[in-house]
Amino acid sequence: MALLQDNFPTFLQGFGYTLLSSLIALVGSMILGTGFAIMQIMPQKWVRKLGNIYVQIFRNIPLLVITFFFFLVVSKYVKMSGFTSGTIALMLYTSAFIAETVRAGILSIEGGQMEGARANGLTFGQAMQHIILPQAFRVALPSLGNQFINLVKNSSILAFVGGLDLMYQGNMIAANTFETFGTYMIVGVMYLIITLPLSYYIQHLERKLKQA
Amino acid sequence: MEKARKRQFGIIATIVLAAVIVLGLLWATATAKKNTAHQDTLARVEKLGRIVWGVKADTKLFGLMNTKTGVPEGFDVDIAKALTVQISKQTGVPLSAQFVPVSASSKMQLIKNTNIDGSVSTMTITPEREKIIDFTKPYFDAGQSILVKKDSGIQSVKDMNDAKYTIIVVVGTTAATEIAKFAPKAKVLAVQDYATGMQALKSGQGQAMSTDNAILYGFATENPAYHIAGGTFTHGPYGIAFDNHQGPMVRQANQALATIKKNGVYNQLIKKWFSDVPGLDWHSLEAK
Amino acid sequence: MVTIGIFSAFTPQNVMYLLGGLGVTVGVSLISVVLSLIFGSVVGIIQFERLPYFSKFVGTINNVIRNLPLLLIIFFVYFALPKIGIHLPIFWATVVAMSTFESAMLAEIVRGGLESIDIGQFEGARANGLSNVQTMIYIVLPQAYKKMIPPIISQLISLVKDTSLAMGIVLSEMTYRGQIVYAQNSTYIIPVLAVITLVYFILNYGLSLVARWADRKLA
Repeated sequence: MALLQDNFPTFLQGFGYTLLSSLIALVGSMILGTGFAIMQIMPQKWVRKLGNIYVQIFRNIPLLVITFFFFLVVSKYVKMSGFTSGTIALMLYTSAFIAETVRAGILSIEGGQMEGARANGLTFGQAMQHIILPQAFRVALPSLGNQFINLVKNSSILAFVGGLDLMYQGNMIAANTFETFGTYMIVGVMYLIITLPLSYYIQHLERKLKQA
Repeated sequence: MEKARKRQFGIIATIVLAAVIVLGLLWATATAKKNTAHQDTLARVEKLGRIVWGVKADTKLFGLMNTKTGVPEGFDVDIAKALTVQISKQTGVPLSAQFVPVSASSKMQLIKNTNIDGSVSTMTITPEREKIIDFTKPYFDAGQSILVKKDSGIQSVKDMNDAKYTIIVVVGTTAATEIAKFAPKAKVLAVQDYATGMQALKSGQGQAMSTDNAILYGFATENPAYHIAGGTFTHGPYGIAFDNHQGPMVRQANQALATIKKNGVYNQLIKKWFSDVPGLDWHSLEAK
Repeated sequence: MVTIGIFSAFTPQNVMYLLGGLGVTVGVSLISVVLSLIFGSVVGIIQFERLPYFSKFVGTINNVIRNLPLLLIIFFVYFALPKIGIHLPIFWATVVAMSTFESAMLAEIVRGGLESIDIGQFEGARANGLSNVQTMIYIVLPQAYKKMIPPIISQLISLVKDTSLAMGIVLSEMTYRGQIVYAQNSTYIIPVLAVITLVYFILNYGLSLVARWADRKLA
């Protein structure tokens, strides 16, 4: 308990940065992910291919490698801090998973709806925006929630690049106090404060969706 | 009937699992207390016939991984080998040396956890660390410096006391805590290891990397565009570290260290690793 | 500068060293996926069976583990467990951390797989005189596993990627070894990162093709 008292501002700062990074990456990856999901179902073959290549690349390489790439290589040309490189990497990595989730959501919507909307004079974009996407998101909501939980957990990657997040601060405190057991326990509880309620809410949503 | 049996099983299983967890926690806290009184390192080493040394794997001159053999090479590694031979002679027990790569941030934990017996890993002797682990007498003289780009115009650490500068350090090093005293206004970026730190410096994540001059010399040799600015601003010799209350092991190591300093082995190693470093007066490092 | 790096970074010894790292990565992933399949199945079945109190209890523990960052579990197993007398060598510490985390993930998959099986089959099997346990082992589990092959393979892909996190405790896997190689000379960084990325991609993309093939075959 003394450990928590002595280092409370540090833990709190880490908690804040973890939350901030997760939220930025969430918004970014939702936009990117939806974009790449739509690309993958466009009528043009080459656009579909392009979207697919993006998704496959970012799904299949470790987040850590992407993070190092931004932190050590890209930053030679464009200045960016550890926090920024980590958050960008997190955003790109998660967007590939969100693209898959949203695409599955779109595909689960009955095909006739698109045709119906087009027949009523809506463009592809309009039909997407007003008819298909709102339904797709509702179907995909639980999986999107799970992706957000993963995102919060994965934000611990910032610890590798001095990203000031919860894991980073935890490591610093553990290195200074040698109280590894207590420090990592506290860090764990702080992560659970974000992820556990979300997780239970998603389970609740899933159950409701199944009943409907 | 079926339902009642299920219920019965559920309750019993819950109680058993809860009991296991509670007992496990009790046992864990008990061992945690008992573990503060550690076993004797020297006794363990003699029994197993080997000393497991923690050494660096990413630090030029002191411990850098040889990708062919998978064993790190450097001054620290050679010192550990020489000490093992010498301790073996002193105790009359045949001992072999094994090496485990450690990072700046993991070395203390590994000693405390007895994953390694001792550590020769560019470790500065500090009063804070001495409370938790045991050190031998100093085996290498070092002090903290900064490595900067030659054309940066930065002359010393004092020039960096400005919020526009970022200084790169490695988690768990003395430099990480000391730098705040010498450039309190500068931002500090802590990374997990030196290899990342040097890369981060080169890609402009910070304007300087700060750690012991001896380590920075290794990076300056390889990167001619960088140099050490303003000499050392702290004095902190390296010691060989063991877990605390390891009197017998520390005595053996100190005796071995004194012997290799006297018989010339130490000076040979200094010459082997430091005579080619530009800008370093390696004779000043020799044992007198 | 970069072109020099490409040729001199990949000396035979550096290549062998990196390949050794790949071996460690694959080894950790394979052992972990087998262990977590076993533990994950047990936990998943317990949750599926809805035993009063017990299933809820186990489910809660499972949820806690599932919602922690893997990196934290790795640090905890390697740096904190020794405080209570549990010393694991680095390779096994990684395996234990990853298996714990993946078991919790797989338990959810197993539970989902079981719930997707038609309840009529349970009743039918029981009507034919099979006991609860027999029904589970001979009728339900084989079908559930068949459905679970694609998600299990995607967990294996996660494991391969996540093994890179263990460089935080200096496990000598591929990403860590890459770093050792570019510590020799900093012009190596771009070629080394590029090659590591490519190796991960080929390995994981290959696995995802297997998953897709299995999905089509079993559907």
